[in-house]
Amino acid sequence: MDALLAARLQMAISLGFHMIFASLALGMPVLMLMAEGLYLRRGDPRYLELARTWAKVTAITFAIGAVSGTALSFELGLLWPRFMELAGPATGPAFTLEGFAFFTEAIFLGLYLYGWNRLSPRAHWLAGIPVALSSAASSVMVVASNAWMQNPVAVETLLQDPQRFDPVAALFGNPAWPVMAVHSTLATYAATGFMVAAVYAWAALRGYRDPMRRSALRMAMALGTVAAILMPITGDASAKFVAHNQPVKLAAMEAQFETEAGAPLRIGGLPDPETGRVAYAIEIPGMLSWLAYGDTGAVVEGLDRVPRELWPNVPVTHIAFQVMVVAGVLMVLVSAWYWWVAWRRRGSGTDVLADRRLMRGLVAAGPLGIIALEAGWVVTEVGRQPWIIRGVMRTAEAVTPAPGVVTTFIAFTLLYVVLSATLVWLLRRIGHGPVPGVTAPAGPGGGTGRPAAPAASARGVGEDAGGSTGLDGGR
Amino acid sequence: MVTGDPLPETVVAVVLMLALTAYAILGGADFGGGVWDLLARGPRAEAQRQAIARAMGPVWEANHVWLIFALVLLFTAFPRAYSALGVALFVPFHLVLAGIVLRGAAFVFRAPAATAAGPQRAWASVFGAASTITPFLLGATLAAVSSGGIRVAADGTVTTNAVHAWFSPFSLLVGALAVALFAYLAAVYLAVETRGALQEDFRRRALGAGIAVAVLAAVLLPLAPRTAPHLWELVSERGRWLVATGAGLALLSGWLVWRRHFLLARVAAVAEVVVLLWGWALGQWPYLIYPDVTVFNAAAPDPILRFALWATPVGLLILIPSLWLLFAVFKGENPQAGEPPGSLDPKP
Ligand code: HDD
Ligand code: HEM
Ligand code: HEM
Repeated sequence: MDALLAARLQMAISLGFHMIFASLALGMPVLMLMAEGLYLRRGDPRYLELARTWAKVTAITFAIGAVSGTALSFELGLLWPRFMELAGPATGPAFTLEGFAFFTEAIFLGLYLYGWNRLSPRAHWLAGIPVALSSAASSVMVVASNAWMQNPVAVETLLQDPQRFDPVAALFGNPAWPVMAVHSTLATYAATGFMVAAVYAWAALRGYRDPMRRSALRMAMALGTVAAILMPITGDASAKFVAHNQPVKLAAMEAQFETEAGAPLRIGGLPDPETGRVAYAIEIPGMLSWLAYGDTGAVVEGLDRVPRELWPNVPVTHIAFQVMVVAGVLMVLVSAWYWWVAWRRRGSGTDVLADRRLMRGLVAAGPLGIIALEAGWVVTEVGRQPWIIRGVMRTAEAVTPAPGVVTTFIAFTLLYVVLSATLVWLLRRIGHGPVPGVTAPAGPGGGTGRPAAPAASARGVGEDAGGSTGLDGGR
Repeated sequence: MVTGDPLPETVVAVVLMLALTAYAILGGADFGGGVWDLLARGPRAEAQRQAIARAMGPVWEANHVWLIFALVLLFTAFPRAYSALGVALFVPFHLVLAGIVLRGAAFVFRAPAATAAGPQRAWASVFGAASTITPFLLGATLAAVSSGGIRVAADGTVTTNAVHAWFSPFSLLVGALAVALFAYLAAVYLAVETRGALQEDFRRRALGAGIAVAVLAAVLLPLAPRTAPHLWELVSERGRWLVATGAGLALLSGWLVWRRHFLLARVAAVAEVVVLLWGWALGQWPYLIYPDVTVFNAAAPDPILRFALWATPVGLLILIPSLWLLFAVFKGENPQAGEPPGSLDPKP
């Protein structure tokens, strides 16, 4: 393995790892606030229990997100020193603003997580708001730096007449930024919503069907659905922008080897860069031209427009794009299914949680959001190759001359594997438990967080007695 | 880039130093807490660990952001220095990173000994070990950039004399000094936040760490003129009074700990670290990496420096009240600060 490949893989793994936690750091505070808000409004301690459990999850994932993000900041300089020498000043302002967002987030998260008894209930809830806002802000800011790599506005000025370079205009006047920021920030909410929903659907299959879990599922699906519906819409805007700004990337995404008028949309398939053919694809004539330019006869530039050494990896880009779109479509369908069942069962006394087919579907759909998100970043980043800054600097020119990249790549991959294994183990142990001292109102399922009696006796409870499996294990 | 007006570079460099200082006195103490976690002994070992976890819990992530802030400021304002450091310190920085990742992860993964299960036991010891190694490496890095062992040619080629920069007794001792100082800070802070026998434990630890700092400083002083001649010359020329003040503050702080005036000792300990760091900065000035990279020849174009300068006060407008709130809620002389470790549970 050469240093360049090792460096690219180390970067990709670090970013892919960070994104899982960054997504949860955006989505979980929203869910926490919803649950605690309902507690304040209705006084039902079950919602407090929910907010508290979600806060525990947030505490763990946030810490991992923070340390993996720190690793990224170092790695930019360690792996790509030449890149940072040029791009540091250009993208630095975005990172600086992101830094202030991190501060706000870390401070208020500290207050939120540890302030249950030190702040009044309302002040506590209010302390959660800056957490949600600043994590969204940090996402929007950091994407500005990536957008500049895709579309390096004013880079000529930076290279030739640096004293006249305007960083604010270059970063935030970049038309790529709003498009990417909206699509990728929404993606994190979609990913969180579906992951959390899957946890409660899984619990429902094992017999945990109390009202608290029903509302937990509903909140997660509400967040997931709103975001999932917006994904194809904002994704379409992304695609149109890419068509205009990075035609080579679009060609790779769509496996469009030849420039063509009335280009078809290829669904699935395995592109072969040697022969320029796409095996096993379903083609919809004229559709790509229409999607990219709003005209079924429009000319779509193919990979033939640039020399072969400027092609990104076509199979990876194409397949990753297919994965994202398929996952996105499935997420919309699963959302529709859930709300259809919930609407059908409203007031009828039967429980959404008892619909086993739906619950299985939700469990299966749980990873879709994060899969789509990772795949989308693969499209964006692999599709940008061979450039690290499009049209300006190649990835190969940017890589560090220091020896030992293969070693650090292997070591960090192992580190992330160990962290992931521990995390999975730990998150499985976080369970719901009643909040001591807050008495539950009388009524079915009141505040105990235990399985609803009939279903519980039927299944699941026996296995959980060990306390290490399922949602209710642990303390 | 040498421009007519040296002011923006100077101001950004000062802001960078302020961020590093904040990291040292806040994040440094969190590392020190980890050192005491590693060294927790005796009948109250578990109680000591819990006090440490309680003290760190609400604040360590905010404290950690100072490092990120300093890093971002470094690559935004002095990209050439960041790039050169990335090449020269490729291995040590990767080790620092591993330390930071492991420390943070271990802090949230572990659990009090009584309830720890499975992998949590292993993570408990990772926490202390990573908290000790990381500041050692960070301290050694500071020494390395002053040592002259990292050379940056005009075309950007970086050559590192690892033995000179990295494995020299000077670098190793500065690393050890950083660990001892942070351990001292942590013990003093913890003495403020605990009571009774636990407070006595941390008082003894503070005194022990204080002696370690004094011994290390005594060994370092004769070494400095030979290993870091530039630093030494400038420190002794411009910063003599600073070194004297630092030594005075160290003695004062130790005496205050001895007399159990912990709040005052905390003030003096912080002042001691600040003076030491700024003494180093003054000696280092105007070099970022001695002898080739200076604040002026590594600086980004002026518009970017100006952006950083304007963004900082605006950001601080949000930051300072928020930080004040955080520390007002959780710190202060309060034996019950924070929640019990390992549980974020609300109580009635
Ligand atoms: C939950 C996640 C998710 C889902 C369901 C979708 N996307 Fe996406 N997509 C992302 C998550 C994502 C992302 C990971 O967030 C990316 C990477 C960079 C970015 O800005 O967003 C992305 C990038 C991205 C790009 C490339 C932008 C660029 O390179 O600048 C395009 C063209 C699309 N998306 C299009 C779509 C379409 C047509 C979808 C239809 C269903 C879709 N995405 C669903
Ligand atoms: C938002 C800010 C981001 C920045 C500044 C950024 C920056 C970079 C840099 C500098 C590289 C290495 C050079 C290269 O290969 O071109 C890279 C590669 C890569 N990044 Fe990103 N990235 C960002 C977001 C992401 C995210 C969130 C992901 C995925 C989850 C991601 C996935 C990748 C992948 C897969 C590569 C390797 C591409 C290849 O070498 O073929 N990036 N990124
Ligand atoms: C689209 C891509 C990204 C998104 C949406 C994102 C989002 C976030 C969020 C929400 C956080 C705070 C929550 C947490 O700590 O888990 C975070 C932390 C962090 N991220 Fe990212 N990030 C992205 C890419 C990057 C890149 C490319 C870098 C650096 C080069 C980076 C550096 C950091 C750092 C240093 C932290 C730690 C802050 C702290 O200590 O609180 N992130 N990120």
